[in-house]
Amino acid sequence: MGGKVYASVLGLVSPRPPVVQVIPLSGRYIPRPNDVVIGTVTDVQGTFWLLDIGAPRWAPLHMTGTPWKVDIGETERYLRVRDAVIVQVESLDPTGRIGVTMLGEGLGKLEGGTIVHISPARVPRVVGRDGSMIQTITRHTGAQIAVGQNGRIWVDGTPEAIRRVSDVLRFIDEHGHRPGLTERVGSYLRATAEAGPPRETAPEGAPHVGFAPTVPPEDETEPGGDRDSYDTQDP
Amino acid sequence: MGNIGAKDVPVLLSPEGLRIDGRRLDELRPLRIEAGALHQADGSAYVEWGANKVMAAVYGPREVHPRHLQQNNKAVIQCRYNMAAFSVDERKRPGLDRRSQEISKVIAEAFESVVFAEEFPRTSIDVYIEVLQANAGTRCAGLVAGSVALADAGIPMVDLLPAVAVGKIGGAIALDLKKEEDNFGEADLPMALVPQSGRLVLLQMEGHMTEEELSQALDLGVKGCRDIYEKMKQALRERYAPTPVPGALA
Amino acid sequence: MSEEVAAEIRTTHLLDLAAAGKRLDGRGPDEYRKITVEPGFITTADGSALVRIGDTAVVAGIKLEPGKPFPDTPNAGVLTTNAELIPLSNPTFEPGPPQPWAIEVSRVVDRAIRAAETIDLTRLCVTPGEKSWVCYADVHVIDHSGNLIDAALLAALSALVHATVPAKRFEVAEADYPLEVQHYPIECTFVRLGDTIVIDPTFDEERAAQGRLTVATDETGRIVAMQKGLVGAFSPEDVKETVRRALRHGARLRALAQGGSL
Repeated sequence: MGGKVYASVLGLVSPRPPVVQVIPLSGRYIPRPNDVVIGTVTDVQGTFWLLDIGAPRWAPLHMTGTPWKVDIGETERYLRVRDAVIVQVESLDPTGRIGVTMLGEGLGKLEGGTIVHISPARVPRVVGRDGSMIQTITRHTGAQIAVGQNGRIWVDGTPEAIRRVSDVLRFIDEHGHRPGLTERVGSYLRATAEAGPPRETAPEGAPHVGFAPTVPPEDETEPGGDRDSYDTQDP
Repeated sequence: MGNIGAKDVPVLLSPEGLRIDGRRLDELRPLRIEAGALHQADGSAYVEWGANKVMAAVYGPREVHPRHLQQNNKAVIQCRYNMAAFSVDERKRPGLDRRSQEISKVIAEAFESVVFAEEFPRTSIDVYIEVLQANAGTRCAGLVAGSVALADAGIPMVDLLPAVAVGKIGGAIALDLKKEEDNFGEADLPMALVPQSGRLVLLQMEGHMTEEELSQALDLGVKGCRDIYEKMKQALRERYAPTPVPGALA
Repeated sequence: MSEEVAAEIRTTHLLDLAAAGKRLDGRGPDEYRKITVEPGFITTADGSALVRIGDTAVVAGIKLEPGKPFPDTPNAGVLTTNAELIPLSNPTFEPGPPQPWAIEVSRVVDRAIRAAETIDLTRLCVTPGEKSWVCYADVHVIDHSGNLIDAALLAALSALVHATVPAKRFEVAEADYPLEVQHYPIECTFVRLGDTIVIDPTFDEERAAQGRLTVATDETGRIVAMQKGLVGAFSPEDVKETVRRALRHGARLRALAQGGSL
């Protein structure tokens, strides 16, 4: 505007001439293509589900974007309202529609564990440079962690591990913009360590851990036994 | 305004040019702004301005409810300005009265003028303003609180919106009227400024003014807005101020 | 910032924790979050209080004005309590008339104040059959992080305790005088999480709850109101145990309402 550049959001200015970038400090998650995010199913339709990923709009997950062979109208068998999933942002169109897919390694339905919410702006600090922070956390707690770029983080493990990870995540959420974070997190983890040496769990170089999608219940045909003839219909 | 036949009209301006609370004509009441005061909202701000106590919360951008209000090319900005029953001298019945609805509209339009709504089509940005204690200038306090709350929510905007009411008391143009000045003064002019462009996105007026007085009032109001703007920025800075990390994690 | 639909695994996790006697924020099943009471917060009101229970925050304001007594109670004034769940307090607000759960909060708080005879309504009478004081207790929820009932009643009670009857202003008497409070009802709310019944639920705990029980007690140890809410069940033994806990906690909250704390 008139040769001057103005920031439109409240943020930290990261000067890297000739580009000046404003890193938003707060607010809802704004999706970008290729982001891996964690969402909750809010609606089930005949050919797709709607996911709340904390973005300005709900994201439709089409039945063809999953590893399952879903028939039209059968979507409810695979995912129901309140199920949690980890998906990847595929496309964004000008009307604000956010396309997501579950096809890909480490994507799928989430079972067990819990989800911790932090501000999306804090996710980079949770991951750390080259994944250093998340690796420190998983190494000291033995927890399985999947980080969504939308500020939703799935955590699984022993109740103690989940509690320690949750405490660390809450701390980073509140104090992540201040210096000295890495030292504080490290000392907390060491101070609250369970008996025994820290366990190595996170694969090298992976900032988050994925897993296989669940297989939905299929019609099971009983092996032999009493069956009326009409049980042998195709599912 | 216009308390015709009212007894006990106070002297609003002393011969030395002091107002009933000791202020000069161009002085603002004490103003304190706290960004991020609420936990559930996407963005929030609490403002204490003179004896006004106003809370604002922003939710969004988010899906529009009801769906038919959705706009294909931009976010819909909805604003609800409400006064608590106990916020005024005579208890106000709960619920939106016509005055609140009008104020909600002009405030929403002020925000619409600066928010980059096209970045979020088919969504809603909801601004809720609650006046907990009122002492004149509540729509301006609400605008200031709402503007800081929008920034706190990370909503992209052209600029923050400082706002203030200018009036006329004892024949003189005065900045930031308090309750008695609003009730017994001769004019009231609330306005909101976009500091970057120097233009006004909210402007209302009631009372009597000459052209000269109006011109004076606008200038005084703009100057007051620029001071308020600094306080708004400061409140947002304080929210994210880098201070040493506290000792214990737990 | 909470999501609008809660993921099932979060609820399951909450229930698993409860089974082990633990809660998300580290509290025990019988612990309240930090409570602060700030009387006199609103100077335009005749009495007021800002109450925080954890992240939940409510403001209560008392307004007294002269009015006409009801025809069937010519010697009594009127006390009416209203809790407003204003939209800025949580993301699940829907425009339109108040939702039943919001109305329930308001009525449960009002019921406790009424049943406990917090104010002797005959003392609010000015001229029998013609003029009496109408006392409005309005509670605004400004931050909803669970357990609105306890917070709203605590705020209303604290506001009443610190209220002044504006007799001089309305030319009813020579001078204003303190509003007389004769009983001090306190509500304690519990929710069932699996087999565990926890006190002072957070927003997430309310969403995961399988039943909610509120018990109102006064300073003499009487039970003055109860409400079971949400979907779920309580055995008579559960109820008795919960009442015992409510009586215990009631004393502490009552002291906060009377003394204020910051």
